[in-house]
Amino acid sequence: MKIIYTDALIVGGGLAGLRTAIATKNKGLDTIVLSMVPVKRSHSAAAQGGMQSSLGNSIMGSGDNEDVHFEDTVKGSDWGCDQEVARMFVTTAPKAIRELASWGVPWSRISAGDREVVMNGEKTTIKESKDSHGLINARDFGGTKKWRTCFTADATGHTMLYAVANEALKRKVIIHDKKEVISIIHENNRCFGVIVRDLIDGELIAYVAKGTMIATGGYGRIYKQSTNATICKGIGIAVALETGIASLGNMEAVQFHPTPIVPSGILLTEGCRGDGGILRDKDGYRFMPDYEPEKKELASRDVVSRRMIEHIRAGKGVSSVYGDHLWLDISLLGREHIEKNLRDVQDISKTFNGIDPADEGEKGWMPVLPMQHYSMGGIRTKQNGESTTMKGLFCAGEASCWDLHGFNRLGGNSVSEAVVSGMIVGEYFSDFCNDAHLDMNTLTIENFLKQQSDYLDEILSYDGDKNIFDIKDEMRNIMQDDVGIFRNHDGLTRAVTRLEELLKDTKKINIATKFRGNNPELNEAYRVPKMIKLALCVAKGALERTESRGAHYREDFVKRDDANWLKRTITTWSNPNDTMPTITYEDIDISVMEIAPAFRGYGIKGSLIENPSSLIREEKIKEIKEKMKNSDRFEIQDTLMKFELPLNYKDKNQRVGVDYD
Amino acid sequence: MTSRDFTEGREITITIFKYNPNDKNSKPIYQDYKLIETPGMTLYIALTKIASTMDHDVSFDFVCRAGICGSCSMVVNGKPRLACKTLTSEFKDGKITLLPLPTFKHIKDLSIDTGNWMNAMSVKVESWIVNKEQTDISKLEKVVEPKIADDVFELDRCIECGICLASCSTKIINDDFIGAVGLNRTARFAIDPHDERSDEDFYELIGDDDGVFGCMSLMGCEDHCPKKLPLQTKIAYMRRKMVKV
Repeated sequence: MKIIYTDALIVGGGLAGLRTAIATKNKGLDTIVLSMVPVKRSHSAAAQGGMQSSLGNSIMGSGDNEDVHFEDTVKGSDWGCDQEVARMFVTTAPKAIRELASWGVPWSRISAGDREVVMNGEKTTIKESKDSHGLINARDFGGTKKWRTCFTADATGHTMLYAVANEALKRKVIIHDKKEVISIIHENNRCFGVIVRDLIDGELIAYVAKGTMIATGGYGRIYKQSTNATICKGIGIAVALETGIASLGNMEAVQFHPTPIVPSGILLTEGCRGDGGILRDKDGYRFMPDYEPEKKELASRDVVSRRMIEHIRAGKGVSSVYGDHLWLDISLLGREHIEKNLRDVQDISKTFNGIDPADEGEKGWMPVLPMQHYSMGGIRTKQNGESTTMKGLFCAGEASCWDLHGFNRLGGNSVSEAVVSGMIVGEYFSDFCNDAHLDMNTLTIENFLKQQSDYLDEILSYDGDKNIFDIKDEMRNIMQDDVGIFRNHDGLTRAVTRLEELLKDTKKINIATKFRGNNPELNEAYRVPKMIKLALCVAKGALERTESRGAHYREDFVKRDDANWLKRTITTWSNPNDTMPTITYEDIDISVMEIAPAFRGYGIKGSLIENPSSLIREEKIKEIKEKMKNSDRFEIQDTLMKFELPLNYKDKNQRVGVDYD
Repeated sequence: MTSRDFTEGREITITIFKYNPNDKNSKPIYQDYKLIETPGMTLYIALTKIASTMDHDVSFDFVCRAGICGSCSMVVNGKPRLACKTLTSEFKDGKITLLPLPTFKHIKDLSIDTGNWMNAMSVKVESWIVNKEQTDISKLEKVVEPKIADDVFELDRCIECGICLASCSTKIINDDFIGAVGLNRTARFAIDPHDERSDEDFYELIGDDDGVFGCMSLMGCEDHCPKKLPLQTKIAYMRRKMVKV
């Protein structure tokens, strides 16, 4: 039996996991990072467009600060987020980007003087001040009031991930890759580590630690069409669910990105539209201004994706052998801009579609269609990142629901969250590991190892006639067809029923090679039931939430219903033999909000059922602001809503022109 | 679709080297798979199809499937390439032979172990900013000339796919050679204004035959680099610096 001990155990080697490892190492804790793939290949690397951080260096970002970033994030979430978490996030984000700069991320910098940009389809000249020369630049993104998304061309996640991974290596973080978590070791609601399968030789290993962090990213691969990497199967979230104790939050909140390329589903960054690119229909007509006169192509992702499908349903889609799609036109940005700032987009389009988007006119238009992109749901945690129900189990990044994004994440807030949560949660996690003691029996570890070993043998002994690959494909089709951008009672009911049958079918398979070592079919056989469980959490949560909020849209309940549904969905899997999740709800308290629920400023107007408490809170906020009109913004904020941060993360952030104001 | 003439519906043959060195019953073989080509088919699509419908036991390493993560390097009809960015339509006779990338530890079939080698290389060349100054992250960031930031980014685009090593004769005969990936990394930090290391410091890291003096300038690395990095120029740049030390 192989048991490996460490102080801090981190499952997942993307930005959130690695930044956490840096935090634990800075505290002198022995740290192991486990990853299914070499850590620099984690899906963080695929983030293209950038990282939101309210530096306000550019003329187009002037006046930006934590307050504006906070407001954008809360509206983006459709008031589903935890506003204290959003405050923690926006206050730390400028520090995160400056730390990354000091670690060598080659952020694009501002040149003083005139710069030609494209806004609303027109070429315009903006003038950058000489005080900003050489400071970090930013581009426009959806759902933001200011240009706030900092970037390295369209390979931002890559440069961030490499910098953070290299800093982790510098600190001698131990990395074990080609390792997959298959179960969590726990007793009396306390996590003691994980059971891992070595993906090279199939060996089972118990990793035991004072504290365990899950940072395994999202679950996009439960959908047929997703921008996500092949590894984004949600296994880390599923093993937490399978404890029966840890709970998941808002699993039905799934984001669909407006512009993956057709048919491969590879992402074309929001930076395409942020930099001035536009959407066109089969007539070459720019349709978004008709739907969203104010934000146009740059409303939040949930809104743009729905408008696109609405337009296709109105018969304006471009037909192709892969079904209808729309066009993304960036040719108006000019070849020079594309080849500098959107070069990966150009490379993807040329390689996979044979289209050079810098070619002028129709020739350069790229076929796009909204597809699954981001998982707002995940392991439900407290503000310090620890599971609300299992001690010693922490979670950060896309895998978590702590809950920064509510029902819709803004573009540029994901890599930003990954690093920021790695800093904040990483710090709380380090404190936990520092103070904790392991009080457990090795028999517990042996039992968990044996349980997983028996389970793999059981899978190999199945003697049915089903094929695990077919089951997976059907799950992905169901999610695509019935749990997608537009949802309704009939489709969701059908999905839940069929998914439950599929879960049972996973025991009626027959593995061709009865081999416990490196066996790709065995990998699928234990992953797919976990994925179907997550799919059921998403579908059942969506069925029961009879309102529309953010990315969750019900055709039969089109309004956001603050009177009945201002709450977070909490999902557990109470008993291993269950074939359906258990759903409960956690109220979101309006009376402590810094911004009371209201219209977002984009999307359909008047589509809101108000909660009476919203108005009361709104009045209260007005009263406080009026009473404190001579105070500075920090004092007002502190009076409206308190929040805590570790280390010096709550310090004021310096900005060009306004210093620390 | 408007812009590409696909050869639709022809039958192609993909031949895969199959072997699991960790399984004593496994013997190396070449296995043929015949499938119908679909429009825009990449090796990612083709291999996924083979694995889900024809042979559930075949192993490979796709992650992002978009040419961004560098996982899926393999030898395609004799050339090291990213499989996800390789279209089957490129091969006129419809015959494609796939081998695992050499110079890395072989895991199984087309799957290889790159992470451990790349991490060791990163540690060896100290692939991080070295700077004694403490950064106050609440203060304005250090000013960097836009052009210099762009130059650093250019070299920071390496995705550690390992193709430069598989194309390198020195690496084939000297396993400790850090290759273009390692030398490009030092060039990247050498021009980064955040980094205080001197030429002497870099000489300690790469001033030997495992480093910059191991390169025979055969240029296989640059010829095959999927990110089109200026590898030869950067190796020459570091070599010029190092001979002056």
